[in-house]
Order: sequence, then C-alpha cells, then structure tokens
Amino acid sequence: MTVSKTTNDAGPAPRVSSGGQPPQRRATKKSYSMESLKGTLAKIVLLGLVDAFAVFVLITLFLSQSWVILAIAAGVTLLVNWIYLRKGGLPAKYLAPGVFFLIIFQVFVVFYSGYIAFTNYGDGHNSSKEDAISSIQLTAQKRVPDSPAFKTSVLKQGDELFLLFTAPDGTVTMGSTTEPLSEVTDATLDGTGKAVSVPGFDTLNFAAIVANQTAILDISVPASDDPAQGSLRTADGSTAYAFKPNMVYDAAADTFTDVATGDTFTDNGQGAFANSAGETLTTGWKINVGFDNFVRAFTDPDLRAPLINVIAWTFTFAIASVILTFSLGLFLAVTFNKEDMRGKKIYRVLMILPYAFPVFLSGLVWSGILNPQFGWLNQTLLGGAEIGWLTDPVLAKISVLVVNLWLGFPYMFLVCTGALQSLPNELDEAARMDGASAWRVFRSIKLPLLLVSIAPLLIASFAFNFNNFNVIYMLTGGGPRFEDTSRDIGSTDILITLVYKVAFGQGTGRDYGLASALAIVIFIIVATVSAISFKQTKALEEVNS
Amino acid sequence: MTTTTVPVHTDVELLLKKRRPFGVWFKDKGWRHLVGVIVTLFAVFPLLYVLSAALNSNGTLAGTKGLFTQVDLGNFIKLFSDPSRPFGKWFMNTMIIGIITSAATVFLGAMAAYAFSRMRFKGRRMGLLSLLLLQMFPQLLGVVAIFLLLSGISDVIPSLGLGSQLGLIMVYLGGALGVNTYLMYGFFNTIPQSLDEAAKIDGASHVQIFFGIILRLVTPILAVVALLSFISITSEFVIASVVLTDPDSQTLAVGLYSFVSDTRSKNWGIFSAGAVLAAVPVMALFLFLQRYIVSGLVQGGVKG
Repeated sequence: MTVSKTTNDAGPAPRVSSGGQPPQRRATKKSYSMESLKGTLAKIVLLGLVDAFAVFVLITLFLSQSWVILAIAAGVTLLVNWIYLRKGGLPAKYLAPGVFFLIIFQVFVVFYSGYIAFTNYGDGHNSSKEDAISSIQLTAQKRVPDSPAFKTSVLKQGDELFLLFTAPDGTVTMGSTTEPLSEVTDATLDGTGKAVSVPGFDTLNFAAIVANQTAILDISVPASDDPAQGSLRTADGSTAYAFKPNMVYDAAADTFTDVATGDTFTDNGQGAFANSAGETLTTGWKINVGFDNFVRAFTDPDLRAPLINVIAWTFTFAIASVILTFSLGLFLAVTFNKEDMRGKKIYRVLMILPYAFPVFLSGLVWSGILNPQFGWLNQTLLGGAEIGWLTDPVLAKISVLVVNLWLGFPYMFLVCTGALQSLPNELDEAARMDGASAWRVFRSIKLPLLLVSIAPLLIASFAFNFNNFNVIYMLTGGGPRFEDTSRDIGSTDILITLVYKVAFGQGTGRDYGLASALAIVIFIIVATVSAISFKQTKALEEVNS
Repeated sequence: MTTTTVPVHTDVELLLKKRRPFGVWFKDKGWRHLVGVIVTLFAVFPLLYVLSAALNSNGTLAGTKGLFTQVDLGNFIKLFSDPSRPFGKWFMNTMIIGIITSAATVFLGAMAAYAFSRMRFKGRRMGLLSLLLLQMFPQLLGVVAIFLLLSGISDVIPSLGLGSQLGLIMVYLGGALGVNTYLMYGFFNTIPQSLDEAAKIDGASHVQIFFGIILRLVTPILAVVALLSFISITSEFVIASVVLTDPDSQTLAVGLYSFVSDTRSKNWGIFSAGAVLAAVPVMALFLFLQRYIVSGLVQGGVKG
C-alpha cells in the first residue's frame, strides 16, 4: 500500500501496519484534511497578526533610525515566517515561541549584564559623548544667586508638562521646555495668591508630582527665545528659581569653559570633563572601564569592608537557612511519620500555611511583629521591653534567620515526608530484626537514603536562599546600616539586595556598572557552588547504589 | 516464624493500650502531639496576628495588644477608600498579570516539553542542557539589564517598555522555559509513546495529538506549573518594582510595600486588611491543589 504524503513529519517515522484497512483509512483521511484546513487557517491568522505587529515595529524602528536593531528585528521576523511556513522542522515550530522570549529576556539579559559590568553606566554616565556635551550646554546653568522664588504649579496638557509660575509681585507666567515663558491672565489663584490652574490644563496633585518627579526636574522653561537669557526650573514642583548658563563648549579644543571662573574642563578619559583640580562636570558619558568595577568593589574603602561583610553574611544566611529549615522539616517528618497517630492531617495542613502565604507579605507582617518600638513581641509578649529585634546587628541577623525558618520549614517538611514514605518498609524491619535501635536505623539507613533524593533539592534551596531578596528587603531592608560607610549597606544585606540598592537605591545615585559587576560575582559564586555540590551528590549516589 | 509472632505482638499491644500509663503514651505518641502543637503555634501565630490586626479598625501597630479584642470591618472599608492607594487596582493588576503569565508559561512550557519529549532533532541534548545552565542565572540577577533593555524598548514601542504591564509579562515569560520545561518534560515522558503513534496511524496531525491527547493526559502537571508560576509571579517584587512606576499599574507586592514602608506603624490595620485580602486567593488555591503541588515539589523543588 502507498503511504500518503503528509505535511506531518513529527519525530519518529510513522509506523504503518502491513494489513491496511482501506475504508477506515479513507474516512479518517477526509476528516484529517478538514482539520488540516482549520489548522492552516489558524496558522495564517496567527502568523498574520505576528507579522502585522512586526511590520509596525519595523516601521517605528525605521523612523527612529535605529539601523542595527532594525536589521535584527527584520531577521527575526523572516526567521519566524520561515519556521512556520516551511514544511518540516516541526521541533522548531513548537520551540520557537518559548525560545523567543528566553533569548531576549534571559540569554540576552545575561550577556547584557556582563557588558554593563564593564562600563561606567549609571547616573551621570547614561549616554554617548555627543549627548553629554549637548546636555551640559543645556543643563549647566547655575541658579542666579539673588533669584526670587517663584511659586510653582505643575500642569499637564496631553503628554506635555507645563510649569505655572507666580512671581513675588503676583505676575503669573507659564511655559514648558519647548515653549518659552508667556504671561497668563486667566489663571485661578488659591488662598495664598499662588496660581494653581489654567483653563485647558490639568493640575498635577502631590502624588502625581512625586510619580513624575524626574520629568518635572527635567523641565527647564526658557525665559525667552534667546538661550543666554537663562531659564526657570523647579527642584520640588512647588518653588522655582531663575538659572543662567555658565558653560561654553569649544568644539575645536573639546573643552568646556566656565564663564564665571574661567576654569577649563577637558576630557579626562574616564567618561567625564574635568578641570585641572580634578573636579568633574556631573554629566558624563558611558565608556568601557574594563575591570574597574570589580577592582573598585574590592578596593574602594567605602565599599570593601561592607562588601566583605555582606559576602560572609550571604553565605552564612544561605547555609544556615538550608540547615535550619531542613533540620526542622526532617524532624517534623520523622515525628509525624507514624501511621496510627491521630490528628496528623490537621497538623500538616496548619503547618504548611506559612508556605502558602505570599512571601513578600510574610516579611512585612513579621517586621510588624518584631518592630522594636511598637511590635507585638516587645509590647505584649515581653511586657513593653525595647529589644532591638531588627535594629541590633546580631539580633537582626537572628530575626532574619527565624523568619526564613518560618517560611522555609513547611517545604522541607513536605519534601522529607514524601521521601521518607518512599523508602521501603522492609529496610526498617530487617534492621530491627538485626537488633538496631530506632535511632541507629534512622542515622545509618534512612538518612543516607533520604539524602540521595533530597540533596539536589538542598542545593537548589541554597541557590534560592543565596538570592532570597524578598525576606531580607521586606523584613529589615538590609539594616541596621553599617557605620563605617557612607553607602546604604547594612548588617543583614545580602548580595542581591546590595545589587538592587546600588542600581536603584535612593540617595546614593544609580550605578548600573557596579551593580552588574556584583551580579556577575553572585552568578560566579552560585554556579561554582552548584557545580561542585552536584558533583558531590553524584558521588553520593554512586556510594549508595 | 514471623507469621505467628505478629498477631501475638499486636495482642500484647492491645492489652497494654487498655491500661497504658501516661508515661508510655507520652513516649509513644504524646511527645509527637507536643511537638505538633508547638510548631503549629509557631506556624499559625503570625497569620492569626495579621488577621486580628485586619479586623481591629482602631489598630495602629502599637495598639494591637491582644488578639481579636475587637472585630469589625473598618479597615477593609478604609482600604478601598483612599485614591492615592488604589488597592483594588493593585489587586486586579496582580491577578491579571499572574493569570496571563502563568497561562502563557504553561502553554510555552508544554510546547517545548512536547518537542523535547516526543521529537528527536539536532541540538536536543544541547537544548536541554543549556536550559539547565540558564537556571543558574535567575532573572532577578539581570534586573539592571532588564531595566535598561525595557527603557530601550520604551523609546521604540512605549506600550511594551518601562511602566507597561505587558512589558513586565514579556519579561516574566523569558523565564517560562527552564524549570517548568524540566518538570513537564519528565511528566511527558511517562505518557506512553504508543498512544501518539496509534493516533498518528489513525491520521491525527501533530497538532491534534498535542492538544487532543497529550495535554489532556498531563493535566496534573499543567496545574502544578500554572499554580507555582502564579504564586511566584504574584510575590515577585524586584522586577515589578523596577518596571512599574505608576501607582495605578503596580502589583500588590510593589504597592503594599511602598504603602507600608514609610508609615509602617500608623497604617498597620489597613495594611493588615490588604495583606489578608492579598493572601486569600493564593492560599485558597494552594490548599485546594495541595496534593498535586506536593508531588510536583518533590520532583522539581521549584520554590525553596
């Protein structure tokens, strides 16, 4: 008999039985081609939608003249169409969607982190040198020393933000970054004489001002069309001052000159303009700095001692968490592994409740219980004591471990119970017959067998706790802070919370380069530890088998 | 010999049971109950505490001395009446992001697991190995790169960049393969291949086999993966806090954190009410599907 040629070429070659069944076969073939038509239609529609979106992206990229990304996006679009339109290549059809996201948001992110770790990317080093130069010219304006304070409201029309100023003499003016100041006559004033709204514009309330803070800080309303006239700016969305430019760029010499002092600033090779005294202009640009971030992390006096403390605590925290949760979990599993015990199920359900409770909430709830001034533990249980559960360096570490024990023991309990129950009963009986005590049976027979199946989970648990951001950040925020550094680093900070604070923390400025370098350090540590311990467990398996 | 001693042994035990002194009972079972009660108290107390604080409407952090001294719903009403703290929106955002992400995760993961389990192709082993390797670098570590990547995407397509929930979902989907694929791959392999082959001989296409046969047989593992990813997404703070800046688009983790971090003691009762509401759906799901999860955990060890 002949095998009909199908577009279906899944994995193993179709087995065709020798005894053909002609009538049945015809019937199923018909329904198959019907289904196939439906499938083809669905495929065309889905692919059409994807392509439509891709074309939209390509056009946007073309308009923004990002040629490299445009080329990559076009390549990916062609690849996707090729995968789904050609005959064959079935595995690719099933893998493509997942792999697409995996490559962009996992693989690319890994490499991009590696790249950022070798740059000085961060606040003040965000962009190219050309951008930095034009930005310095625009922003290097100094507040006029005797500038009056203009009461300010922030308005919005469409997507553009406007500032509404009330001068000390009551004159009301408004403007935006693109529109120079103009006088307004139909503004509404509040009780203090401050203009708060203008017809046709929305006034931003305090919450909206906070949410749009960076955009508002960027607004610089030119006093007139002539840039030399300076501008009005606000730092907080409620008061504005007059600013005048004070930096002049000399393209031929590649230097900036301070109009007021006559100081010249030259490219210092580190992504910034510096004068002879070594002072730099705040706006610099992104350059590759080699291993500088790694070197800085371990040599900068402001960073070295705290960082070493943090690394030591990260290891302590991860290892102690695994040991504590595993010990308690195993102890409970053994305790409740008794068939004729009543109420076992109730205990079990109640005990896994912490595991079902969302992690971020656990940290916050415990921070309330342990709060030194108002917490329930000090206030009620200890009758008004003021023990610094979260503010004393040692106690804070203990608190973090206890809370993590609370979070983690149910998991270990479940896992150990499962593993214990899968051990054959004969082992136990045989050992008892030979006269071994219950402890001896556990210690020499059950535990080693248990470890074979649990060890990989313990390693996974270590890797997880090594980056257990939520518990630390929600409970203590990393505090109490170290006293020997100006940075926001504290005794319960682990590496991942440090990465987050360095990259997105308030106060110290964002340093993406350093944060990525620390992330790479974490990656190396976790990968090394996992690789070594997986090898060890393989050895364990061989010993037992 | 054993066959005769076993019944005798139980008879003796039964005799003992009738007039067993407390000491014997304690040595056999009593201490287990003691351990059970102590650990249960440790496990349940914080949850009772937060429930009690939620139901006590005049409770600041300092004010909550006894548990359940006062029970009313004042905090829940206050929780929904402050426009600067859109709890309802946070809740909906979390549910939407969690449901879409976990559904898509299950779908992408199942497709990949199907390919790895049923098809033999070049690079299959490499693919499985690199998935394992990539797990060493959790997305959390790449948060800086993710932030910069999304801010780059914002310049081209603002609706997928920083501040967009769709962008956040895409980021989460980057982690869709990996652990989940492994869990599912193992489970897919337990479904006998002869089933697909029989269907294929009857003329079923690979799509029909996948949706009609395989997916139905692996429902338990799909439920486990969906639930585990839902739980981890709803608790995810780091990436969500970096991507979602507008209070109206934030998730519960980000919103509740920022709400409580500044005014921890003052708004404790309202926060507790929010915490209870945020925890209820996750805990209910968890307890409902407990049995599946336990088996899934033992196989995969996803959440530690």
